[in-house]
Amino acid sequence: MALLETSKYSQGSVLGSVNPDLASERQTASFSVEKLTALLDGGVEQTRIRRAVVDAIESDPVFSRENQYFQTQNERYEAAVKKAVHLQKKMHEMGWTENGPEYKYIYRALSGDVAFLLHRVFMRSISMLGSDKQIAKWIPLATQHKLIGSYAQTELGHGTYLQGLETTAVFDTATQEFILNTPKISAMKWWPGDMGRSATHTVVFAQLYVHGKCYGIHPFIVQIRSLQDHSLCPGVTAGDIGPKMNFEHIDNGYLLLKNVRIPRENMLSKFCEVRPDGTYVRQGSQKINYFTMTSVRISLIADEVLTPLMKACTIAIRYSVVRRQSKLKPGEQEAKILDYQTQQEKVLPQLAAAYAFHFTNDYLQELFNRGYREIQRKNFDMLPELHALSSGFKAMITQHCTAGVEICLRACGGHGYSLLSGLPSLYTKILASCIYEGENTILLLQTARFLIKCFMAVSAGQPVPPSVTYLAAVKPGKCPAKSKLDFLSPDIYTEAYQHVAVRLISSTAAKLQDLIQSGVKKHDAWNQCTVQLVQAAKAHCHYIAVKNFAETVEKLETKAGIQKIMKHLCDLFALHGIFSNTGAFLHDGYTSAAQMDMVTASYLDLLAVIRKDAVPLVDAFDFTDKSLNSALGSYDGQAYQRLYEWAQKSPTNQMSPAYERYLKPLLHNTLSKL
Amino acid sequence: MSVNADLRKERASATFQPALLTHILDGGPERTRRRKEIEALVLNDPDFQHEDLNFLSRSQRYEQAIRKSSLMVMKLREYGIADPEEIYWFKRTCLGSFPEPLGLHFSMFHKTIETQTTAAQKEKWLPLVRGVKIIGTYAQTEMGHGTHLRGLETTATYDPSTQEFILNSPTVTSIKWWPGGLGKTSNHAIVLAQLYTQGQCKGLHAFIVPIRQLGTHEPLPGITVGDIGPKFGYDEMDNGYLKMDNFRIPRENMLMKYAQVEPDGTYVKPVSDKLTYGTMVFIRSLIVGDSARSLSRACTIAIRYSAVRHQSELKPGEPEPQILDYQTQQYKLFPLLATAYAFNFVGAFIKDTYHRISGDISTGDLSELPELHALTAGLKAFTSWTANAGIEECRMACGGHGYSRCSGIPDIYVTFTPSCTYEGENTVMMLQTARFLMKSYTQMTSGQQVTGMVSYLNDLSRQRIQPQHVAARTVSVRINDPTSLVEAYKSRAARLVESAAKNLQAELNHRRSKEDAWNRTSVDLVRASEAHCHYVVVKLFAAKLAEVTDAAVRAVLTDLCLLYALFGISRNAGDFLQAGILTSAQITQVNQHVKELLAVIRPNAVALVDSFDFHDVHLGSVLGRYDGNVYENMFEWAKKSPLNKTQVHESFHKHLKPMQAKL
Repeated sequence: MALLETSKYSQGSVLGSVNPDLASERQTASFSVEKLTALLDGGVEQTRIRRAVVDAIESDPVFSRENQYFQTQNERYEAAVKKAVHLQKKMHEMGWTENGPEYKYIYRALSGDVAFLLHRVFMRSISMLGSDKQIAKWIPLATQHKLIGSYAQTELGHGTYLQGLETTAVFDTATQEFILNTPKISAMKWWPGDMGRSATHTVVFAQLYVHGKCYGIHPFIVQIRSLQDHSLCPGVTAGDIGPKMNFEHIDNGYLLLKNVRIPRENMLSKFCEVRPDGTYVRQGSQKINYFTMTSVRISLIADEVLTPLMKACTIAIRYSVVRRQSKLKPGEQEAKILDYQTQQEKVLPQLAAAYAFHFTNDYLQELFNRGYREIQRKNFDMLPELHALSSGFKAMITQHCTAGVEICLRACGGHGYSLLSGLPSLYTKILASCIYEGENTILLLQTARFLIKCFMAVSAGQPVPPSVTYLAAVKPGKCPAKSKLDFLSPDIYTEAYQHVAVRLISSTAAKLQDLIQSGVKKHDAWNQCTVQLVQAAKAHCHYIAVKNFAETVEKLETKAGIQKIMKHLCDLFALHGIFSNTGAFLHDGYTSAAQMDMVTASYLDLLAVIRKDAVPLVDAFDFTDKSLNSALGSYDGQAYQRLYEWAQKSPTNQMSPAYERYLKPLLHNTLSKL
Repeated sequence: MSVNADLRKERASATFQPALLTHILDGGPERTRRRKEIEALVLNDPDFQHEDLNFLSRSQRYEQAIRKSSLMVMKLREYGIADPEEIYWFKRTCLGSFPEPLGLHFSMFHKTIETQTTAAQKEKWLPLVRGVKIIGTYAQTEMGHGTHLRGLETTATYDPSTQEFILNSPTVTSIKWWPGGLGKTSNHAIVLAQLYTQGQCKGLHAFIVPIRQLGTHEPLPGITVGDIGPKFGYDEMDNGYLKMDNFRIPRENMLMKYAQVEPDGTYVKPVSDKLTYGTMVFIRSLIVGDSARSLSRACTIAIRYSAVRHQSELKPGEPEPQILDYQTQQYKLFPLLATAYAFNFVGAFIKDTYHRISGDISTGDLSELPELHALTAGLKAFTSWTANAGIEECRMACGGHGYSRCSGIPDIYVTFTPSCTYEGENTVMMLQTARFLMKSYTQMTSGQQVTGMVSYLNDLSRQRIQPQHVAARTVSVRINDPTSLVEAYKSRAARLVESAAKNLQAELNHRRSKEDAWNRTSVDLVRASEAHCHYVVVKLFAAKLAEVTDAAVRAVLTDLCLLYALFGISRNAGDFLQAGILTSAQITQVNQHVKELLAVIRPNAVALVDSFDFHDVHLGSVLGRYDGNVYENMFEWAKKSPLNKTQVHESFHKHLKPMQAKL
């Protein structure tokens, strides 16, 4: 612990002491911060391992992010490559392995600022889609970094809609090769990470043609750069796609293939194979492919989505107790901005959401693990539910957390706009998650499809997966709350969420049926209902998130004040959802106008309650200063001093040639007259 | 290259002439003509050609911006362009979405010296400013204080023995922080500081402070100045810091039109502080206009791209449809398009009102100023919040490619988003409007009539006489009629203002202090202000329809106005339900009608963004090009990326090769 504390302070040189405005917040915590950290990590031992990994990474200067905000795209890329190479050495030194308990913390410790992330996707796709022989050939090469892999799926013209991809792979029986081509500009591979500059190989997804017949999308291993001098292979055009909102350290690339020939053995053939004579053979179940997508969607939630929101909350809340502005009472000192109700209303619901989704993620992980065990026993029954939940929650959580980070950014006023606050980078990074691994609107529509199907099944008296059994228990009625305190009862608000979800799903299902019965074609009817379908899917996920949070709180140990504060956050999460979407709850009179005033009153009361524990609640996320990399959010709260010190390091403070070249001539002709 | 076939088809199917709508947005055909004339001066001038800024480092972008600023000064002089609006057109075409480091020199520095100085000061400073013989900026914000001006800590202490002010930055938090052009460009700054004379603090006053040596541009002794480092956007701007240690300036450098310090240190009070409202109203009206334009640009890009991009299938067996044919895509974009139009009209309204009232100000009639000041505070916040979120939705609607800098939307967003905090943090602005609303409500309850945009509050007292409460009002709303929807918004605003006022009173009855009660009601107060502003926007949009003479244009604007109003009801259904303005059944109708309007607007979508008449240079977007040739040009653009300068990146030799050799 002592070691950790020093590292927390180490970044700002002159800055020894903790700002008293922040220190006082920590003295009044109603719960044990250390215990809450352990709860978030999944146990004391996990916390210990995580801290050890973070410490090892952060004490190594190669991994420093100190100058990140001042670097160009080229410099960022080079640093990321250097870190990726150094990481291999570091892992060896520390005895960390890919299957060890430390592994999952490395990425968090690096804040994702490392190259070759797609190399892992390359390896995973070979393991999942390749034959045993292919795995035996390629995986050792990849593990030893004899080659660097990427994963080329998305094209300029097509993303989430995979069937639309246009790259072709034509089998040539004479030479036993596939001939790969990019037939038009929109077919160019576009966006794959590590492909612009680094990768030597990539898995290319292409439409397979044998004897003139198209068999749909299949994966092929294609070498794109020389293993000797890294020059492009014949027929290959590849490069970087240019600057983006973030990911400057990653060389997202383009790839153009012109009659590139690869041996027959390079088509990944666990499920489909082209025999030497051109016979196309399908084997095994492809359902497992869905499972891969599901696993990726769930696995990105913790590191790519929750961590940025937790960091943003940490920065915004610490800064909000350090920043004083205007007076709440005449004659007093200026107030901490966190004491303003409007500021609480911006940041505290984001904090509650971070906790809520942390527990949602636990729920999804558990469900996923159970599904995985079933699939290994060749039972695919859980797949539709898993797929629907992972799609819906990926969309809901990324959208919610992205909005949350932006709210935190703006809650820091002007200083939030400085890169040195750390917030702009968190925002631009997390917002990519709304698009990659499935565009959110499309994912919500997939969830909706599942919900409509289940609703129909339930109406016909058929069994449905556990997460949607509530659709069967439709009971019209009114919210029974009589006072604002009733809205602090999980039963009351969970039921309200359930009511809204059922109403939206059932009314959309009815609308769909009406349209079809009135003669509208099925696909047109679907398109005409998509706005409602998206709302229904969101309502379903929101309900599950609230219900899961409430159930989690119930099971928590009552010691050390943890359960109590988590209950407050759960209430806030639920009531904030109602407060910001009152129409859905008032519609059809389930909640009355008077009850809605009670919700508002309870909600605003809760803000003041959670306000007192706001700083301990973000301290419990346990981010070091180096990982926050924020002048505003450091543990010691010396925001202004740090902002001033960091600004002076900016390269723009070296003399600019602009004065000599342009300003001087502009001013010059009249200088003598002054 | 010819225009993309999809866009050609879209343009051919429009039901109105975009040029006529452009004239309305510009304020008449003559102004459209003049605008295009001025834009052509820039577009056809080889001196203004430049490399794509996305590929430059921050220092290079700053240098490019300075080059352009200098060039613009020369060219404007050469062409004899002096009208502020014409200058704005000219500059916008040069700069695209980016700021210029000399921007504050021409706006705040110039304007402050023009309006807050004595005749003698004008005579000395104005020629220097107008001739760019000095370059100045406006240094108000400090590290520790922004919108709350009274909290500023910089001091200016008068020394009668030398007839000088001594300027000091006594704490870290008092360092001037953020002013544009302060870091590297300016050699003068107007500094706002707490004035001390004869041992007394007289509050904030403005001083002209030289900060860099003329000739060498080195900082003067006692001055520490520099750039505050990288930001989300504004790469070309040297937002700066300024620290002063016992820095002395002559007495005459205090701006003395209103308050004065006499040679012996006697302080002479200003006549009225309402006068500074004028400048604030003016600047906020600019931000409302900027909200409209930024959102319009983002809509243009997203809608054109959505007409060009084909994806997935709507009908089995048919070719992939344009993504603009998906209801979810229309639902994302068309309400924003309607909002962009609404805000354009609001911006024009405020500007006109400002010009009308500033006539009154010079003749001493300030009666309308408080309301206008309160209204623009709220509208500044309302429009900038909405546009800020809307720009992001447009970007998201472009999928992965929206995330690339080549889409242009990231630049629009990062340049626009600080307007939510600068010139008054939005929440604080909303609370200013709320203060006015509460005052008006109190007036009304005490039996006085209130006038202007808040006159609907008078209805509240009338309703109180009637026995039934709100429920009786439900039947009257006709969802197809903009005027009727204005009434619905009016009722919502009245209800939320009343409810905030009552909650405030309840807190006061709990014997809380006034400030405490205000704080405990502030979330309600912000909601009330938002509802008020929303009402004003709907009202202004509906009023605009009557002015449109061309039937086809009026028809399409009416669709947009209805969509704007109905979408707002759909999104805030709870407010309308809770107040009993609309029933659940009516809300369902509203939701349904919104979807019908999406289909009605769909054929005119591209023509409606064409009517904004942004040149490709204004958009700075590969996705939003007028000719729709997106994919080819994305490839061309990417080839220029700095990472592509060499075929094999140096990282290969430095890191990859050694690693592979070792393994």
